[in-house]
Amino acid sequence: MGKKSKVIEREEVVIRFSGDSGDGMQLTGTLFSDAAAFYGNDLSTFPDYPAEIRAPQGTVGGVSGFQVHLGHSEINTPGDYADVLVAMNPAAIKANARWTKPGGTIIFDKDNFTEKNIEKAGYVKDPVIEEKLDSFNIIAAPISSMVREALKDLGLDPKSVLRTKNMFALGIVYWMFDRKLKYTEQYFEKKFSKKPEIAEANKIALRSGYYYAETIEALSPVIKISPAPIAKGRYRNICGNAATAWGLIAAAEKAGLKLFIGSYPITPATGILEELAARKDLGVKSFQAEDEIAGICAALGASFAGHLAVTSTSGPGLALKSEAIGLAVMTELPIVIIDVQRGGPSTGLPTKTEQTDLMQAIFGRNGESPVIVIAASTPSNCFHFAFEAAKIAVEHMTPVLLLTDSYLANGSEPWKIPSMKDLPEIRPPYADKNDLPFMPYKRDKEKLSRKWAIPGTPDLEHRIGGLEKTVKGTVSYVPENHELMVSLRAEKVERVSNEIPELTLSGSESGDLLIVGWGGSYGYLVTAVRELQTEGHKVSLVNFNYINPLPKNVAEIFAGFRKIVVCELNMGQFANFLRMKLQEFKYEQINKVQGLPFTVKEIKEKCIKILEGE
Amino acid sequence: MPETEVNQTSPKDYKSDQEVRWCPGCGDHAVLNSVQKALSELGIMKEKFAFISGIGCSSRFPYYMNTYGFHGIHGRASAIASGVKIANPDLSVWQITGDGDALAIGGNHFIHVVRRNIDVNIILFNNEIYGLTKGQYSPTSEKGIITKTSPYGTIEEPFSVGELVIGAKGRFFARTLDSNVSLSTQIYIEAAKHKGTSVIEVLQNCVIFNDGIHDTVAGREVRDDRTLVLKHGEPMIFGKNRDKGLILDGLKLKVVNLGENGINEKKLLVHNALESNPGIQYMLANMRFPEYPLALGVIRSVPGPTYENDVELQIDAVRKTSSIKCMDDLLNSGSAWEVS
Repeated sequence: MGKKSKVIEREEVVIRFSGDSGDGMQLTGTLFSDAAAFYGNDLSTFPDYPAEIRAPQGTVGGVSGFQVHLGHSEINTPGDYADVLVAMNPAAIKANARWTKPGGTIIFDKDNFTEKNIEKAGYVKDPVIEEKLDSFNIIAAPISSMVREALKDLGLDPKSVLRTKNMFALGIVYWMFDRKLKYTEQYFEKKFSKKPEIAEANKIALRSGYYYAETIEALSPVIKISPAPIAKGRYRNICGNAATAWGLIAAAEKAGLKLFIGSYPITPATGILEELAARKDLGVKSFQAEDEIAGICAALGASFAGHLAVTSTSGPGLALKSEAIGLAVMTELPIVIIDVQRGGPSTGLPTKTEQTDLMQAIFGRNGESPVIVIAASTPSNCFHFAFEAAKIAVEHMTPVLLLTDSYLANGSEPWKIPSMKDLPEIRPPYADKNDLPFMPYKRDKEKLSRKWAIPGTPDLEHRIGGLEKTVKGTVSYVPENHELMVSLRAEKVERVSNEIPELTLSGSESGDLLIVGWGGSYGYLVTAVRELQTEGHKVSLVNFNYINPLPKNVAEIFAGFRKIVVCELNMGQFANFLRMKLQEFKYEQINKVQGLPFTVKEIKEKCIKILEGE
Repeated sequence: MPETEVNQTSPKDYKSDQEVRWCPGCGDHAVLNSVQKALSELGIMKEKFAFISGIGCSSRFPYYMNTYGFHGIHGRASAIASGVKIANPDLSVWQITGDGDALAIGGNHFIHVVRRNIDVNIILFNNEIYGLTKGQYSPTSEKGIITKTSPYGTIEEPFSVGELVIGAKGRFFARTLDSNVSLSTQIYIEAAKHKGTSVIEVLQNCVIFNDGIHDTVAGREVRDDRTLVLKHGEPMIFGKNRDKGLILDGLKLKVVNLGENGINEKKLLVHNALESNPGIQYMLANMRFPEYPLALGVIRSVPGPTYENDVELQIDAVRKTSSIKCMDDLLNSGSAWEVS
């Protein structure tokens, strides 16, 4: 490849690809991320797309973005602000200019900056002037006309030609960051093995972009981000939804159970159902039900019949499933309910991220109806927590609610591939001949869980259901029995705290401020805390994955700090839960409800204010 | 050993230790007896039966059966039963439901289990009233009925169960009377043998809130003249003196008297439950007194592929061709790289 005038090393860089939802920005971002991962960078990605599949072309509402943050050191977030913005049309500038670092680079397709498109984006004149972008490194490339020229000999129709615009843009970025084209070219060959002319067109567009950048010296000096010092092993990229689905299959295999998912498509959880529907080769039974309620009820039926049962949804779907979750609590059947949180209430912001379902997850049912609540905190650890959710559900005979969110579900990061032999065993508490005469609600002395008697097994015939029962499974309205059963179900859930890991602290055991987070905000919080620590502040972080029951050592950790601040993407749901559970502490809050993740910058600023006593 | 040799059961083997708590005189008691009788004649091992119900008087049924049982939540029995059957196609799965449970709150699940043709035997107790909530109209209540929630009469059209089942692409529909134990037993056996969703509408009497609602056609004095018991392959004859029959008159069914106007048995329609075109069966299912006799027996029974079997076939087929045989294979599939 062409020689570089000058190359400098950088620790990290954030790139944002943006364009019309039909411009192929998600693919462009993914290809860049994959190439970076292969090269050995640590990275984190975040796709940000509109709810409409094809919002009106050229409008701000239709802008689809994909942000990738890659580095030479540990990367925990997709980054706050972009160093480089690729904008395929004026609307992409409108939507993203404010997320670009001052002095950063903006690459756009000059050919697409027609009067009509400028107007559609809501500008009156030239966006560069209107947005005062003169301090940026502007690369106004005639991308459309250059791909037309580069591909003129291939005999493709004009539409197919223009579809390669995104690869031209990607070529520019590859040159700017000293990336090899090989991996992406191989992808085209594989993807379009039956359409070699399309593979060729994409390759030519990619190379043309690369050479164009070289010719104009798009960025001088060229930036190099060396591989990150990552633990040895075999790696792959994985997004949260795939990791969740895989964690469940792994749990089923470990438990010797068949996996059944009953679900109804809902953004942003659909990827889990899709991933599992594709896994017939591993015996997964996927049932796309007629609605959310049927999804969980079919899963409960499968659980009764002896399968590892799962249902996946998002906030509105969780609301619909609440009565059936109560039935799972009452019948004490294992089931994993996954809520990929999105902006609410109601339909809210379907494609945006929030942590606003926490209270619904913990309390959102009629009656005294405790369930286990777990939250994953990175795209790849969705695997671990889905596995854990299944393990707890089966071994304790209880519903487990796993919370992820849109940011985790769609975000991806490199993941050290685990080996099945290293995962813990899962032992379903089957009833057998030793349990005769079988009593459905007879409990294990330690865990208080009941036994699982699978239909088809002789002599274990029994009846369960939503009505209150005695230990023998007889329907009972006796006041004392009801109170006893309510307490036993609560205590069963509480005793799971004997088995979950203790909360771990990042930083010193004492200090001025303890930053508390839960679930998917982890990446932003850990980055902010790291920077605050480097700047000399006495701050530490705890990020909760186990929410109900809480780990046993919470009070002990909290006691070491002068102030505690709970950071979450809601109005203070976890803070209020802690106020209820651990009343001896005072909690400050940092909240954000914009459908967006935190930025490291805003967390740091607010923490410093709290430290300064404002 | 053949199943029948080891499975000499009697109806009492299916009685659980629970006291039956339906009102004295409720039609449900007879349904319970018929089902227990049918099960004892099926030659299926007792542990293979699973009874799934929703909410309502009839939905207490599983508690009275000494089989695996799951008393669910209102309207969702079809979905729970679907999950049970798909998870374990070896089980004989029965759904107990009522006109409110299946057709109002559970209407969506009901049409979809039928559409998918999952092998669940659905016994729908139709008493045209809400019993457990003490007397409100249901989706099968006759238009105009006065109930606690319709003090001036209802203003909505009722569902016809058979019409709904056929409309939802149902392949098995039968109708019986709660009190007719021998016909009911026979129908339950046929439903159990049918592969795919079977819907059996039981005209059941609620002795408290809608007593005698089916008596116009089902009363002992009149029922021979006002009902037609359909049998596959036999001419459609009814009446105490077996002197009435059905013919097709243009595009409509017509009741005729044998021996009048040259009508003899050979001119009558012969019931074909196996016919996949539901035209005649649809008309039979919708016959109402006084223009027609009410049809009883197996009205439609058309074999077809079942959902749960196709699930297994698809899994087998994909397993044969996929290179991913276990979780480790999946984890290591696709693009990966080594960090050394």
